[in-house]
Amino acid sequence: MALFVLQRLLQSIAVLFAVSIAIFLAVYSVGNPADLLVPPDATQAERAAMIARLGLDRPVWAQYLTFLGNALQGDLGTSFVHGRPALSLILSRMPATFELVFWALAIASAIGIPIGLWIGLNDGTRTARAAMTGSILGYSIPSFWKGMVLILIFAVWLQWLPAAGRGETVSLLGIPLSFLTLDGLRHMTLPVVNLAIPNIALMIRLTAAGAAEAVHQDYVRFARAKGVRPKRIVRRHVLRNILIPIVTVLGVEFGSLIAFSTITETVFAWPGMGRLLITSIYQLDRPVVVAYVMLVTFIFVAVNLLVDFTYAALDPRVKLVENMG
Amino acid sequence: MTDTTGATDGPATRPPLTDTPQRRAMLRKLRRRPSVRGALLTLAAIVLAGLLLPFLAPQDPYDLNAFSVMDNLLPPGGESFEGQVFLLGTDSQGRDMLSAILYGLRVSLLVGLISTSIAMIIGICVGLVAAVMGGRIETLLMRFVDFVLGFPSILVALVLLAMIGRGVDKVIIAIVIVQWANYARIMRSAALSERRKEYVEAAENLGYSRLRVMFRHIMPNSLNAVLVVATVQIASAITLEATLSFLGVGVPVTEPSLGLLVASGFNYLLSGDYWISFYPGIALLVLISSLNLVGDRLRTALDPRRS
Repeated sequence: MALFVLQRLLQSIAVLFAVSIAIFLAVYSVGNPADLLVPPDATQAERAAMIARLGLDRPVWAQYLTFLGNALQGDLGTSFVHGRPALSLILSRMPATFELVFWALAIASAIGIPIGLWIGLNDGTRTARAAMTGSILGYSIPSFWKGMVLILIFAVWLQWLPAAGRGETVSLLGIPLSFLTLDGLRHMTLPVVNLAIPNIALMIRLTAAGAAEAVHQDYVRFARAKGVRPKRIVRRHVLRNILIPIVTVLGVEFGSLIAFSTITETVFAWPGMGRLLITSIYQLDRPVVVAYVMLVTFIFVAVNLLVDFTYAALDPRVKLVENMG
Repeated sequence: MTDTTGATDGPATRPPLTDTPQRRAMLRKLRRRPSVRGALLTLAAIVLAGLLLPFLAPQDPYDLNAFSVMDNLLPPGGESFEGQVFLLGTDSQGRDMLSAILYGLRVSLLVGLISTSIAMIIGICVGLVAAVMGGRIETLLMRFVDFVLGFPSILVALVLLAMIGRGVDKVIIAIVIVQWANYARIMRSAALSERRKEYVEAAENLGYSRLRVMFRHIMPNSLNAVLVVATVQIASAITLEATLSFLGVGVPVTEPSLGLLVASGFNYLLSGDYWISFYPGIALLVLISSLNLVGDRLRTALDPRRS
């Protein structure tokens, strides 16, 4: 187990390194940052002095090492537009995004798993097949358009819910949260639903496939032969066994929803880090883009690591080393 | 989001149907199912509409002389001063929405097909090389594939386009970079199971070159799995293009794109003029869900566990 943990840790660090090199090369090969930083009316000498001060005259690898050294100390550059450290700027927007992602996953599990379980247990019936086909629609609707249709129905036509913004927040341990106020809840509803819909479909499909396979396994037949009540079979045997892949996917989805919430945040003007990424791209605010990529990669790697460890702890049958290929 | 549909547990690890009459019978049965037939007919209609565009579209939405600002924001079915009927209404510049949607569909299809083909060719080659060469090369290639697939497509494409700028060609490049690894992974696992079969051994014993065995023997027999992935990936490429264009980093404003049309209607939607954003999205939805439906049925049909 210790070897497995160490191996995965080293791999994760390698991934972070690779991404830092890729993003560094991508950013600094596309345009000279001096063109952005040096005022256009500067003389040739001033320009050269500025370039020397920023260290842009040094070889690429030396510049990269400086970037890396700063990054390791939590300094990912300063935003051109806001004049604040890029990392703290992104971190200040993080709670808003995490709140969306968390509730979207919670709703997706609460709705998707029971429906999926029902479909899987009734595998082959007409209703189950129709529900599976219907779930295709769930992940086929383009997210940005779905958000606008939600706004059209609930904000423009019915006028039940607000179309934009985060609403009133309450600070809990210094973190502003929306779900604790009625106004915040009303603002959150549409973006959370928008983000949750494809994941409801995903949860349904995953659970249904797992349950349909599990009911034909020997342990379920044996439990049935033993006279165990059907409800108990479902809860103790079927659900338990399909929970591991579901937990894995939930972990991975947490990371990918942070990226996908960019679209939802743009449509609903939700002040999260995804919307910050989009505005930074428009404003050519490269340090923020770089910091965003590094931070999200870090979250990704951390979540994947956590999922792997949980997986290994939950299921002793997992052959730890082989599983990594 | 289509790449996480639970279909990822790899149909390729199971032996594909190499028996041709059997495969033909299976595909015939598949085509007869009403849902598949409906989806295929829809797809055929969309492709045909894209090809026959100049004859079908009531006007050229990118010819400024073809429409007039006088007719702007007409609701669906509205009439212009000259008595022209706009079935799906007009946008803020008096452009016929139906024509704009038809033009946008063509770009969507083009981007989807071109990027999918390039990504598929790259992925097939990488997967084949990994499976046939084995050893260090395989480990290295597949680690890279895992690395690429570890990131959500939207994030990679977004950041990439932020660096290289907008354009149809650049969107295609971004989609290829995001998608090729999917094909490499599926091709490798399909090729691995094929490589152990007798006909490959026979071909090798006949003294055929490695390349010939790879492309003439192993590849054709591994294509089933790749095609299932391709159907779903076209849908995801089209979604990606529309999303990137909507976010303002994809296709430039001078090109017709469904994503751009939806974005341009956003402000009008808030005041109740819904049709500018609504109908282009419906077109996207029909196209994407038809592709996903066919992909889903194809996967189930090729899965030997269900018969």
